[in-house]
Amino acid sequence: MTAIDTDTSANIDRSAMKISDEVAIEVTGMNKWFGSFHVLRDINLTVYRGERIVICGPSGSGKSTMIRCINRLEEHQQGKIIVDGTELSSDIKNIDKIRSEVGMCFQHFNLFPHLTILENCTLAPMWVRKTPKREAEQTAMHYLEKVKIPDQANKYPGQLSGGQQQRVAIARSLCMKPRIMLFDEPTSALDPEMIKEVLDTMIELAEEGMTMLCVTHEMGFAQAVANRVIFMDQGQIVEQNEPKEFFNNPQSDRTKLFLSQILGH
Amino acid sequence: MSAISEPQAEGFRLSQLIYDTRYRSITIQTVALILIVAGVWWLVSNTIQNLEALGRDFDFGFLGQPAGYDINQLLIEYDSQSTHGRAAVVGILNTLLVAFIGCITATVIGTIAGVLRLSKNWIVARLVAVYVEGFRNVPLLLWIVLIFAIVSESTPHPRDFAGGEASMLFNSIAITRQGTWTPAPVWGDGSLALVIIFILSIVAIIGFRMFARRRQEATGEILPVLWISLGLLILPSLIAYFILGGPVTLDYPETGRFRFEGGLLVRNSLIALWLALSLYTGSFIAENVRGGILAVSGGQTEAASALGLRPGRTMNLVVLPQAMRVIVPPLISQYLNLTKNSSLAIAVGYMDARATLGGITINQTGRELEGMLLLGLFYLIVSLAIASVGNFYNASVKLKER
Amino acid sequence: MSETGHQHALSYVRADMLPQQEPPVSHSGPIKWVRENLLSSPLNVILTVISLYVLYAVLSGLIPWFFNSVWDARSLNECREVFLATGATGGGGACWAVLQERGIQLIYGFYPADLYWRPNLTFILFFVAVAPILYSDRLPSQMLWFTALYPFLMPWLLWGGSFWVPILVIAGLVVGYLAWMVGSRIGGSILGGIAGIVFAILWWLFAVPTLNDSIHRVVGNMRVDQVVAESTARLETLGPELTGLETRRESVRDEIAELEAIKAQAFAPIEEAVEIARETAELAFYEEEGVDPETDQIGPGLRERAEEEGQHAASAAARDPALNTVRATFLNAVDGLTEMRNEVNEISSQINIMQSERSDTEALLLNIEQLPDRLEEIERLQESATTPGAISELESVQDVVSQTYTEMGRIGLTPVESREFGGFMLALIIGLSGIILSLPLGILLALGRQSDLFLINKVSVAFIELIRGVPLIVWLFTAQLLLNYFLPPGSNFDLLLRVIIMVTLFASAYIAEVVRGGLAALAKGQYEAADALGLDYAKSMRLIVLPQALKISIPGIVNTFIGLFKDTTLVVFIGLLDPIGLSNSIRSSTDWNGIYWELFAFIGLLFFACCFSMGRYSLSLEKKLNREHR
Ligand SMILES: Nc1ncnc2c1ncn2[C@@H]1O[C@H](COP(=O)(O)OP(=O)(O)OP(=O)(O)O)[C@@H](O)[C@H]1O
Ligand SMILES: [Mg+2]
Repeated sequence: MTAIDTDTSANIDRSAMKISDEVAIEVTGMNKWFGSFHVLRDINLTVYRGERIVICGPSGSGKSTMIRCINRLEEHQQGKIIVDGTELSSDIKNIDKIRSEVGMCFQHFNLFPHLTILENCTLAPMWVRKTPKREAEQTAMHYLEKVKIPDQANKYPGQLSGGQQQRVAIARSLCMKPRIMLFDEPTSALDPEMIKEVLDTMIELAEEGMTMLCVTHEMGFAQAVANRVIFMDQGQIVEQNEPKEFFNNPQSDRTKLFLSQILGH
Repeated sequence: MSAISEPQAEGFRLSQLIYDTRYRSITIQTVALILIVAGVWWLVSNTIQNLEALGRDFDFGFLGQPAGYDINQLLIEYDSQSTHGRAAVVGILNTLLVAFIGCITATVIGTIAGVLRLSKNWIVARLVAVYVEGFRNVPLLLWIVLIFAIVSESTPHPRDFAGGEASMLFNSIAITRQGTWTPAPVWGDGSLALVIIFILSIVAIIGFRMFARRRQEATGEILPVLWISLGLLILPSLIAYFILGGPVTLDYPETGRFRFEGGLLVRNSLIALWLALSLYTGSFIAENVRGGILAVSGGQTEAASALGLRPGRTMNLVVLPQAMRVIVPPLISQYLNLTKNSSLAIAVGYMDARATLGGITINQTGRELEGMLLLGLFYLIVSLAIASVGNFYNASVKLKER
Repeated sequence: MSETGHQHALSYVRADMLPQQEPPVSHSGPIKWVRENLLSSPLNVILTVISLYVLYAVLSGLIPWFFNSVWDARSLNECREVFLATGATGGGGACWAVLQERGIQLIYGFYPADLYWRPNLTFILFFVAVAPILYSDRLPSQMLWFTALYPFLMPWLLWGGSFWVPILVIAGLVVGYLAWMVGSRIGGSILGGIAGIVFAILWWLFAVPTLNDSIHRVVGNMRVDQVVAESTARLETLGPELTGLETRRESVRDEIAELEAIKAQAFAPIEEAVEIARETAELAFYEEEGVDPETDQIGPGLRERAEEEGQHAASAAARDPALNTVRATFLNAVDGLTEMRNEVNEISSQINIMQSERSDTEALLLNIEQLPDRLEEIERLQESATTPGAISELESVQDVVSQTYTEMGRIGLTPVESREFGGFMLALIIGLSGIILSLPLGILLALGRQSDLFLINKVSVAFIELIRGVPLIVWLFTAQLLLNYFLPPGSNFDLLLRVIIMVTLFASAYIAEVVRGGLAALAKGQYEAADALGLDYAKSMRLIVLPQALKISIPGIVNTFIGLFKDTTLVVFIGLLDPIGLSNSIRSSTDWNGIYWELFAFIGLLFFACCFSMGRYSLSLEKKLNREHR
């Protein structure tokens, strides 16, 4: 299951990943319903700047819904979400502000197929941040170099492999210079060799101190990078702990069951 | 066959024509050519024999003879002394007119209906679904006849306006069972200047849009393009209109004893045909539009939102460019259908190309063969022209894939 | 310090799981539904209001029209009389009585009423024939044999004739197959294919008419005495039967006249009361408004309101209980009259059938009587005929003789002529035969368009684009005006057949595009696998590619059929009586002059029901195919 080889994980200098006291995201008493279905129940979560949080749990447990609430792709019905000191409400200004500070990567990349890679990366900076084109392109090239595909800049998404597309998606988010990154199963639509190139990019990002919330089942990644693992089931946070404790010494029965299933084979 | 393959015989054998892949295709094509030539020759020789038997020739000279019939809806000068050729041109222009305005309204109706059918508003979505399914599943001819009956049965007679039993819309438009009288523009002195100014303001809009793009690329500033364009479109012409002292005036229809004096008469035949064509084709376009929007996956809008793009921009920059690729090809073929369907003008007596060139002219001159040939050729050219526009668009937006 | 603080916050275990809770009220229930679905934004509120208004406007017009309707009446005028007498609100509604009289005509045209079972059976058998294609997974494939026979059975059932005609036509396929086998033995698949097609066509063009004629002659000669005896006997019974029917018709007509008088007598007082009430009410209204209708100019709004007042008063007056008895008499009379009218119509149609039978039988007997003379004349003419006049005379005598034999020797169904076809049946026949007959040509064109052979490819493309680029109506006029130019001199066949040929050519271009789509959708691997198995082009197409491509194409073919079915209404312009043509002829009769909406509604609903259900079917099939392909 783990696609990360031990070499990479050993290389990480964990002391470099500073976690500050500053609160990046604060979720208190959040509840959400789809129709009459209670998807998220009493979610309480505080994320400090620089934290790398991995969220796992069985399918349908509400992981995606939870992180999608954080940048208001889904609307919550009860409770409070405060991102960087701004509370999410139906106020468009607040939503705009939060969305330009929170980047997100999706399972299916969602690159814009009618735009080149470079245009994908400059679209939001130009139309949201009002950056001049030259500057936006320079930034885009910078991040494309960072995800190691500057030579593909003028191709279209359809011409790239899945792993390359996901790295473009990461670069596209980074171009907005977000302070928080959300990942929703970024590797689950990829072949094993491509998973590694995407995870490497994410690790690099973590090393630079980006605050990350990542839904993933890559347990190797969780052990190597995360400073906290959250386990969700039936729309609730069932257990959270630092990775070593979480994997070696799970407390809840549900967690034990889940871990045995996921690591069992 | 012997186990050891013999060297290929050098000479050419007859059976190679059939079994050798090199010659096979030539053989097949030769046979096909012979059959086709024989078929065409058969048709042509039959036609020649039949024409001879009837004592006719094949001659387009009739196009130069006076037509001798009237046409009630005209875009260019014409009277019964004009030639059959001119009558054909009048008909062709009438076909193009109804096809053109029909395509525009059908697109507007179809786009609105397609978007509304996806609306979250339950009642609107249902209502639009009824419209779409109702029009798609009933023959166009029935709609044309029905709408014609509505506009000519349920509207007042022109003389009722004189008697005060009916009144004009805004005191300027009279909808009657003979047609709709609207104000006609009268081009006075200085209207040329006005037209030039209007054209210039359109040029200015294009220029401004280019400027706005450059400006954004250079400084990042986003100008309110839509409002400024609208302003540029209207204001200069409006100001010039007053400065020039109103060079273009409207000739309002006046109620006469039995009909109206002045104004512009748009016959009910044109109105019914136009409405029916637009509504019918609009229902098909609505489905295309709906399909096109649905074809853009929800992930695209989500990704755009997650990047901080507002819904309007998301629509313009992400959804529409993608939806257009799906919508435009069937849209073009709907335009083609509409143009061909405009030949149903026959049901309401609108004088289109089929009615003049392929109708009265044929009846009067007896030139069925020539008339139908020209008519078919006209439709073929129009269809091919529309189709090639479609192909050009498709080629230019084709997505690059691995 | 801070690190430990985090450590503390980090670990957390939920003690007990929270149960599922109901959403807060503002987020659930009908209120939420209305809020979210109808009033979620200002634009949505406006849209909701507009649609409610549209709905109200349409329904408030349509529902009273629909329910305030009259089913029993003999004409539009009588409908109006009933509305007046019953005091229908708003001046009355639909006059469905027209459907009672003419509805059947809108469906069958002028097809003989005693033979309706034939089109009905044809239609039912059609479903039996397509069932094995549409439900290939559930029905045995042997049923496909019936599907193959159906195209030959259908014209026989509809047009009638001797039973061996379809068999002779089918034999053409056998001849073609044999020729193909022999040809491909001798000269390979190309020669085989050509031989098959040529021999089949030769068979159809020359052998079938000759064989048909000779069989009729043989059978006819055998049955001469029998036919003469039967015909004479029939003529003897026909005469009295006809007079019987005619006297019965006369007596019903007399009854009608009596009842008409009663009706008129009953209607007069009602009409008078109603008119007086209307006038008084209008005058009273004008007085109230302070205008004098004699001298003052009256605006349209005012007049409308006055008329409304008058209508109200008229309705009230008509419902006056004092008029109950006369009204009942009147309504009874209308009912009775409608019934009698139906009876008269029925008798008349029987009389018509018998009269034409009588004249046909008389003509047949005369022809049989003259048969020996004519045969002699033919012999004489054959020896001496050299001038064109004599040749054409010979031909006409030969025609009469073979017609006589056809009549005498026919064992099978009564023939029905094309001009008796009409209504919905006609639309279905043209649409169905167009689609069925266009399939082979369409498939060939599609293969041609895919072909690498330059000439074949270009010819297919040119044909398809030519057909698709020109409107159907132009093609129909071509069939009407020009087809005779293109065929050998002297050939002449009926308009319906010409239309079917033209529609077939027209549909084949559209089918070709659909099938091409199916061929293109097929994975390339299929073509390669077929090649790799060593199948030649014909075999790989027949066994591997086409079955799959055609299956994918079925939804497209159904959609093409829907389009074609709707387009069959255009035949009205070349003089065939499709539903719209019939509605025009109904409207031009004195009884139903001015009736529009009822006919349009009926025709529209029939078309809608057919097209909508087929459209749904093709949509569901498409979804199913998509699922299977994933
Ligand atoms: N738009 C929606 N409308 C209604 N129900 C939804 C919607 N989106 C998700 N759900 C339901 O909410 C629950 C949680 O969904 P969510 O996508 O958050 O699960 P998940 O933990 O991400 O699962 P997975 O690992 O499969 O992605 C599921 O039961 C799902 O069916
Ligand atoms: Mg998920």
